[in-house]
Amino acid sequence: MGQTLLDKVWDAHSVRELPNGQTQLFIGLHLVHEVTSPQAFQMLAERGLAVRYPDRTFATVDHIIPTDGSTRPYVDGMAEQMFVAIEQNVEQTGIPFFDRSTGRQGIVHVIGPELGLTQPGMTIACGDSHTSTHGAFGAIAFGIGTSQVRDVLATQTISVAKPQCRRITVNGKLADGVFAKDVILAIIGRLGVQGGVGYAYEYAGDVFDAMSMDERMTVCNMSIEGGARVGYVNPDETAYAYLEGREYAPRGDEFDSARQWWSDVASDADAAFDDEVHIEGESIAPMVTWGVNPGQVVGVDDLIPSPDDVEGLDRRSIQDALDHMKLAPGAPIAGTPIDVAFVGSCTNSRISDLREAARVAEGGRVPAHVKALVVPGSQQVKTEAEAEGLDDIFRAAGFEWRDAGCSMCLAMNPDKLVNDQVCASSSNRNFKGRQGSPLGRTLLMSPAMVAAAAVAGEVTDVRAMAAG
Amino acid sequence: MSDHGRITHVAGTGVPVRGNDIDTDRIIPARYLREITFETLGPHAFEDDRKQLNGKHPFDDARFTGASVLVVNRNFGSGSSREHAPQALMRGGIKAIVGESFAEIFFGNCTTIGIPCLTLPATQIESLQSLIEEAPETALEIEVRSGTITAGQAAYQAELPASVREAFVSGEWDALSSLLESDDAIGAVHDRLPYITGWPAR
Repeated sequence: MGQTLLDKVWDAHSVRELPNGQTQLFIGLHLVHEVTSPQAFQMLAERGLAVRYPDRTFATVDHIIPTDGSTRPYVDGMAEQMFVAIEQNVEQTGIPFFDRSTGRQGIVHVIGPELGLTQPGMTIACGDSHTSTHGAFGAIAFGIGTSQVRDVLATQTISVAKPQCRRITVNGKLADGVFAKDVILAIIGRLGVQGGVGYAYEYAGDVFDAMSMDERMTVCNMSIEGGARVGYVNPDETAYAYLEGREYAPRGDEFDSARQWWSDVASDADAAFDDEVHIEGESIAPMVTWGVNPGQVVGVDDLIPSPDDVEGLDRRSIQDALDHMKLAPGAPIAGTPIDVAFVGSCTNSRISDLREAARVAEGGRVPAHVKALVVPGSQQVKTEAEAEGLDDIFRAAGFEWRDAGCSMCLAMNPDKLVNDQVCASSSNRNFKGRQGSPLGRTLLMSPAMVAAAAVAGEVTDVRAMAAG
Repeated sequence: MSDHGRITHVAGTGVPVRGNDIDTDRIIPARYLREITFETLGPHAFEDDRKQLNGKHPFDDARFTGASVLVVNRNFGSGSSREHAPQALMRGGIKAIVGESFAEIFFGNCTTIGIPCLTLPATQIESLQSLIEEAPETALEIEVRSGTITAGQAAYQAELPASVREAFVSGEWDALSSLLESDDAIGAVHDRLPYITGWPAR
């Protein structure tokens, strides 16, 4: 019986079985940002511990950083304090730091791959649940809490139970206007927001094979929204081509040697999985969430569900979601008016996301009552987009063009919803209060669908716009 | 070796917070993550939900003041990996959580800071929540080793994964001391990974 990529990477990084039965797992790459790390450095100092391998941790700033051109010192004293903290911490420990002055700052899950730090067969950890993003390269990547950030800094290891492995196969082809975001929303809609607890998701089949690395990152990014802490795609030529020439990727003969190791780490053809799920690519429509978690999602041409469709606490969940969203059961989701449109986040702020959004926005005009913003995932993405003229397209269509950061995905910065605004968002979470207003209402969708909604002023089927 | 001591029993009164999929953004809104310590988080647990309910949230209900055991429904703690969520609950006095199920990162974060999260079937959660709502003064006692929860005259048999149970009763729920013990073995794994030590010539 063959092994899965999960099995192989786990074995290669296993230090020992701990007395409690969990694995002490070596973390090959550790990424830190300003929000979940200061307490970890403090705990380390309190115990008199040093950073075990400072060259295996890389830092940037993304969550709190303003994207509106503000400069240091920030008006928000608490934000400024957190920037001072991370600067002191990296200075004292010798951890490489990508701040704005480097031209390589950005959302941690955008810059890791972009710099070639993220590679197949690695174990990766970061104090952020969307660390699953890096699985797009065939890495096993975990979101961890701050105490575990401390553990990685001190020992380069964490205590973790090996998950089971579920292979999700999507065969066939996606229709025009259907994107990676729609695929993962459809998966979460089918398996539920808790369906992946205890599992790593292996994404397999024609649809993932055909995806670019940017698209695979979108899928793996939202594994955690389906409850799976880890999600991955087996590495292939698409991954190797992406990596070649990147700053931290191996070069020349070393690249050839690495490529052999990377391909060996992929799941064997006869690998056994704990569970299997099959979905037809043709069955997936552009998806839009109607509720307060990413599993509360329908196709853009579907109707909003009714609490009467189910029983018990599920009924209460639907009613509670509809009350918050102020949406009517049985109504079409298409045509829902929006107030804000946000293209950005670690899910969908890469160059291909911006290209798709720009293609839809081009020639359109965002109505005056809609606030629309595009926030590139990194300084490098921003530069690349500007070289292609995407910023001009967005500005001409009435979008704001911002600096790199997490921005309105979680509103720890000045970008926030106000009151009960409805936001068409390319981010990953439609939780109550997520975008900065307790009453705010988030509709998750692909960047192209966000651009379509921005121009139309309401949720609209991007397939119809493409055809028109 | 024990970091903070064994956790074998949790005793106190309970507080039920009903609802499925209560995510960590709701447990502690992101604006409270703009802090370099966890110390001030306690009063802000469930802050936005509490404002919406205008004093009717269980955390604002005087009958549940001083509760140590939080009783929740399905997939509690979903979403963000923010340890601030269990830290806020802990600093608000919560010492254990009983629920139908928990999100994985939240569950691990709770374990690491010493909050046992035990699971019961949905119907028993419902029964325990109703019991606490009807008689908030009911003394709850959780025996971590066996998973037995007593609530006045009622008793429930809860579950906790063996490795987590072992971590609490042995006092090694904060894994750092154990992790530090294997420094040589850590070095050996580091040295055998080609992406760290260099790719061999072909």
